[in-house]
Amino acid sequence: MARFIERHPAWALIAIIAVALLLWLVFAVWPPGLEQAIGRKRVFLNAIFNGITLGGLYFLVASGFTLIFGLMRNVNLAHGSLYLFGGYVGYAISAWTGSWILSFAVAFLAVGLVGVLLQILVFRRMEGQDLRQTMVTIGLAIVFADLMLWVFGGDFYQIPTPSWLIGPVQLPFITAVKSSGEPVYLQYPMVRLAIFAASVAIGIAMWLALNRTRIGMIVRAGVDDRDILAATGVQIQAVFVLVFALGAGLAGIAGVVGGTFQSISPGEDTRFLLASLVVVIVGGMGSIPGAALGAVIIGLAEQLGSVYIPTYAIVVTFLIMVLVLALRPQGLLARR
Amino acid sequence: MLRGSVGLIALGSLLLSGAAVAQEKIKVGVTATLEGTYTVLGEDGIRGFQTALNTLGKKVGDKELEFVIASTDATPDSAVRAVRKLIEQDKVQILLSPLSGDEGIAVKNFAKSRPELTFVNAASGAQETTYVDPAPNFFRYNMDGAQWQVGLGKYAYDTKGYRKIATVGEDYSFIYTQVFGLVLEFCGAGGQVTNRQWVPLGTKDFASVIAALPDDVDAIYLGLGGADAVNFLNQYQQAGGKAHLMGGSIMIDQTILSSKGNAKNALIGTIAASGQADTWEDPGWQKFVKAYQDSFPPNKRFPSPSLLATNYYGSTMALILALREVNGDLSNNQAKLKDALAKIELDAPNGKIKLDSNRQAIGTNFVTEVVDDGKGALFSKVVKVIPNVNQTLGYDPAVFAKIGLPSRTIPECKKY
Repeated sequence: MARFIERHPAWALIAIIAVALLLWLVFAVWPPGLEQAIGRKRVFLNAIFNGITLGGLYFLVASGFTLIFGLMRNVNLAHGSLYLFGGYVGYAISAWTGSWILSFAVAFLAVGLVGVLLQILVFRRMEGQDLRQTMVTIGLAIVFADLMLWVFGGDFYQIPTPSWLIGPVQLPFITAVKSSGEPVYLQYPMVRLAIFAASVAIGIAMWLALNRTRIGMIVRAGVDDRDILAATGVQIQAVFVLVFALGAGLAGIAGVVGGTFQSISPGEDTRFLLASLVVVIVGGMGSIPGAALGAVIIGLAEQLGSVYIPTYAIVVTFLIMVLVLALRPQGLLARR
Repeated sequence: MLRGSVGLIALGSLLLSGAAVAQEKIKVGVTATLEGTYTVLGEDGIRGFQTALNTLGKKVGDKELEFVIASTDATPDSAVRAVRKLIEQDKVQILLSPLSGDEGIAVKNFAKSRPELTFVNAASGAQETTYVDPAPNFFRYNMDGAQWQVGLGKYAYDTKGYRKIATVGEDYSFIYTQVFGLVLEFCGAGGQVTNRQWVPLGTKDFASVIAALPDDVDAIYLGLGGADAVNFLNQYQQAGGKAHLMGGSIMIDQTILSSKGNAKNALIGTIAASGQADTWEDPGWQKFVKAYQDSFPPNKRFPSPSLLATNYYGSTMALILALREVNGDLSNNQAKLKDALAKIELDAPNGKIKLDSNRQAIGTNFVTEVVDDGKGALFSKVVKVIPNVNQTLGYDPAVFAKIGLPSRTIPECKKY
């Protein structure tokens, strides 16, 4: 941080001003002139919160994707199918047992198992052949999509939100002041906050596991140099299977989350594959903090876009991707 | 010489056999949105179509009707692709298509490139389809989105006392047409429409849209359908929304009122208008509801047919009755059939239907209110029945033409 300020004082100043402006927009009571120019503060605050919580969902999908890429260098284009499969499994479990929490556990295990099978039956057979792996995963994505269409049909499914998460909560952010001087606080859906908190917890747990445990150390060493790691006697294939299972399981959890606050249906697989590709390209392939940053940027861009420039909202995310590819092709937080 | 005559005989027998096959069967292509956001609507449309076949049978004189169903996803290109496939690969002679607004405009334009075939609109309701440059071989037996809103604006203003409303709708032709009908009548009565929000078809995350809903209005009009409507209601419940609601024709419909979960309860008491009302006491309607219920087991259908089922039923009925009138005669580019279709007056379940000079339906409209039947099922209860609604909504055609075509901002909120 200090070095960045020393090296680029001008950029650092702009960044500090931007952050200060953002904080002011979030915490201050907006003067009437500003409300007239860009709309009510409630809309702005909601868009910011929605962007960040949507970013939480994108992070869950993209972190698995980037973890698998970082270690094994294989671009798993069937990742979206894992997301959708997780959603369907979660729906089935929640409809059968009525338990929302249980549906997470089962989706994680079931999709993780699919990941293990994929790694052992498919990827191990074509190790190091990037193009072949990519083509095979595209093929698998199409086969999975059709299989799921066959079993679950074209209908859309929604996983019921547990009753203790339905409804809004009041947050300590003032959106307006009534003429009587009484402040109006922001009301925000509870379920989105819970899901965001869970994705932050998962992100931190992953970071800790990668940086503070022995397994994490092995994985990090594998990311840096696979061959040397294998030469030191580490069971690299077992590590690969473990990481693949974890990445796939995270996609499965994300499917349950997506099915709860949005809905799942055929086509969601490609939507989330595309989203996670954009997220990891912006954040940097193979980097967990990069996936988190990319997810929040894309989530914010989508939500702010849908409120302030609805006609062009779809373009914004891709514009960001183009900008990142043009200015910093390795991604915002990638290591050299 | 010998070779030539053998060839001729072979050719002749081929032609004869072809004619013999054509005499036995008339092939009809059907499209419905069996993929994407409007899947549920497409599925119930097909149920309506099958109910019509169960009621009327597949025989036309000594010929038998054969149907080929193709799936679309509510986008215009998917509809044209499906129609092309039905014509070119399955060799259908008549089309019963499509379901959704944008699809309708595209299929109507496509119909002009195949003037020898007959196109019967299945359920689509964009105004432009039959109002602007209509195709002579395209027939629509359901009303358009604006006709389906007749009565709602006045009811909201006079009876409910709403003065200021805002609208949220999917960003495509059918919903433009619905909002067009609503705004014309509501603003004509003296009301104000302060804000019109448009969301892309297939939107998943409505949180920001919900946050941007104005709170200084008396009611919010929802022009959403299928998965979008369910997603919206779910997130509206999570955000604790409590405004008065008004609904479009595919929003207050069994496709939404029968959805799983309790988010739909936000709709109880909502006023809406549509080409049907679930609890109408007319014997023709009740007979249709019974036929629909008898055709499918309870877990494979809605408690009562949706607007889509009714539309598919009506279109199929018109086609079969017209075919019977001409005894299945498709000669001379189906001229007799087209003539019969243009003239037919339909005793449809949702009221009498006849076509105007653009081959667009003039029919009956219903203002409704959502009620709970006491067992947790929601139905639209009829409040007002308005017969003889035409495409210019009772306006003088010259005045109506000046309003402009439905779009995000048209019509303006004023008295025309």
